[in-house]
Amino acid sequence: MKKRSKKISLFWEGLFKFLTHGAGIFILILLFSMLAVLTYVAWPSIKKFGLSFLWSTAWNPVTNQFGALTTIVGTLVSTALAMILAVPLAFGVAIFLTELSPTILRPIFSVAIELLAAIPSIIYGMWGLFKLAPINADYIQPWLSKHLGFLPLFQGPPMGIGMFSAGIVLAIMILPFMSSVMKDVFEMTPKVLKESAYGLGATTWEVVWQVVLPYGKRGVVGGLFLGLGRALGETMAVTFVIGNAHQLSWSLFMPSNTIASTLANEFTEASSPIYLAALVELGLVLFLITFVVLGLAQWWLNKSVPKEAR
Amino acid sequence: MRPRSQANRKLINFISLLASGIAALIGIAFLIWILWDVIAQGISAINWQFFTQLPAPPGIKGGGLANAILGTIIITAIATILGVPIGILAGTYLSEFGSGRLATTVRFLSDIFVSAPSIVIGVFVYAILVLPMHSFSGLAGGVSLAIIMIPVVTRTTEEMLRLVPNQMREAALALGAPYWHMVWNVAYRSAKAGMLTGILLAIARVAGETAPLLFTALNSPYWPQGLTKPMANLTVTIFNYAMSPYSDWQSKAWGGALVITVGVLAANIFARLVISSKRNKG
Repeated sequence: MKKRSKKISLFWEGLFKFLTHGAGIFILILLFSMLAVLTYVAWPSIKKFGLSFLWSTAWNPVTNQFGALTTIVGTLVSTALAMILAVPLAFGVAIFLTELSPTILRPIFSVAIELLAAIPSIIYGMWGLFKLAPINADYIQPWLSKHLGFLPLFQGPPMGIGMFSAGIVLAIMILPFMSSVMKDVFEMTPKVLKESAYGLGATTWEVVWQVVLPYGKRGVVGGLFLGLGRALGETMAVTFVIGNAHQLSWSLFMPSNTIASTLANEFTEASSPIYLAALVELGLVLFLITFVVLGLAQWWLNKSVPKEAR
Repeated sequence: MRPRSQANRKLINFISLLASGIAALIGIAFLIWILWDVIAQGISAINWQFFTQLPAPPGIKGGGLANAILGTIIITAIATILGVPIGILAGTYLSEFGSGRLATTVRFLSDIFVSAPSIVIGVFVYAILVLPMHSFSGLAGGVSLAIIMIPVVTRTTEEMLRLVPNQMREAALALGAPYWHMVWNVAYRSAKAGMLTGILLAIARVAGETAPLLFTALNSPYWPQGLTKPMANLTVTIFNYAMSPYSDWQSKAWGGALVITVGVLAANIFARLVISSKRNKG
């Protein structure tokens, strides 16, 4: 090391501290300025429509009447549908990866799952539009309305484009992410615990259900919430197939909308200032919803899972 | 536990394991199906023109997406230049100074930030860059991707720096090295492979983002014309082409999808190889 005068060394020390602390604080500033800027740009809409923006179903760019209810409901329904389909599958995949598959194949399977989680969501959306939607329209939706058509959920024209397809594409998209989170949690169970249960004569299922799952319960719940947060804000997987229609319907087959898909479809077409403000306010609502969901998930995980295990 | 007969327990075990096996099969089958379609449909669209020529107008055969590929590379490069240094510095802060309340808050918020909806970040950048500059721009696209990148790089940098044993830090400090010198020459040096992997994964992640580019970089049928003009990019082009009624454009969209998928997967595999080769050596 070259000899340096003390002054220069102190200067570098100060600069280093300043830069690192500054970068950390920058993240805070970024997050809060996002909130502030979105609120500022959305202000005309917040002032004009007030709180009733949240439960109004109006969406009329011609008369400049805007409300968020249809898109909020669409966001919640598509996410719920995706979770109902993806959670059991992810659970099955995780059990398969940790307990059933041959030991030699496990690393290959888990790398494959993580690679699939890295595929951009636009690929899933596009596949949904060209491949899944026609199959839904021709086979699955007619079958569902024939056999379960007494439920209002499965009535309506089988078009392929709509809430039903959006939910399925979203489910496929979050499946690898949730499986790999659940797999990581399951793998945290100490071997000794599992071996003792096997030693007492438990079957594989009993070990999973009564040892592995209770041990990793909090991690699984946290992981599900993380998946939920992603599904709520997902844009591209949904926009391709949801049909972009501002309407509330009991039927899952009807075209619908989520907050993210509305932004993706209409943002560049916003012709009047109030239209733009209403769209930004939708973005603000989405930001707050996901912030709360993800915040709860993080808080829950930080509280429950010891640092070393994460 | 309720007493159950042996046969009953074995039956329950069999049924539930069968169900989980089937669930795994369904999940994996869907994912293989998607990859298969992307490869099969994409390959037929890819040829030399695809990588070298501008897009053709609708209805006319031929042309390529060269401008979009170049645009995506430029936008991703801007994001990397802006996002990586801030991310590394913030990660260093969390790992080397991060024990106080402020650091806990930063850590918590960047964990949330990692999964924040990317389209909202697009709206934010639209408000701070596109509105004042009165134009969509490649720069705005790069900034929005950088914002997505920062928390990802921050968290992986912190995790990798935490793997560096404290004894090494103490040894360097005991020899009289100033703190910044220790971080630069000891901590960064031993965490280098992991940090590079994290950066590579973050780049791969933002390269496939579409939503934040829709109203920042927008899209364009021309070659990139400077950072303050709308810039063609692969993902928005895929979106526009796939939604168009022209079969030639739809086929181009599949080609673009294949390019993005191969790129992202290759970066991921490469990053994983870097980690594992380092681990074997160390």
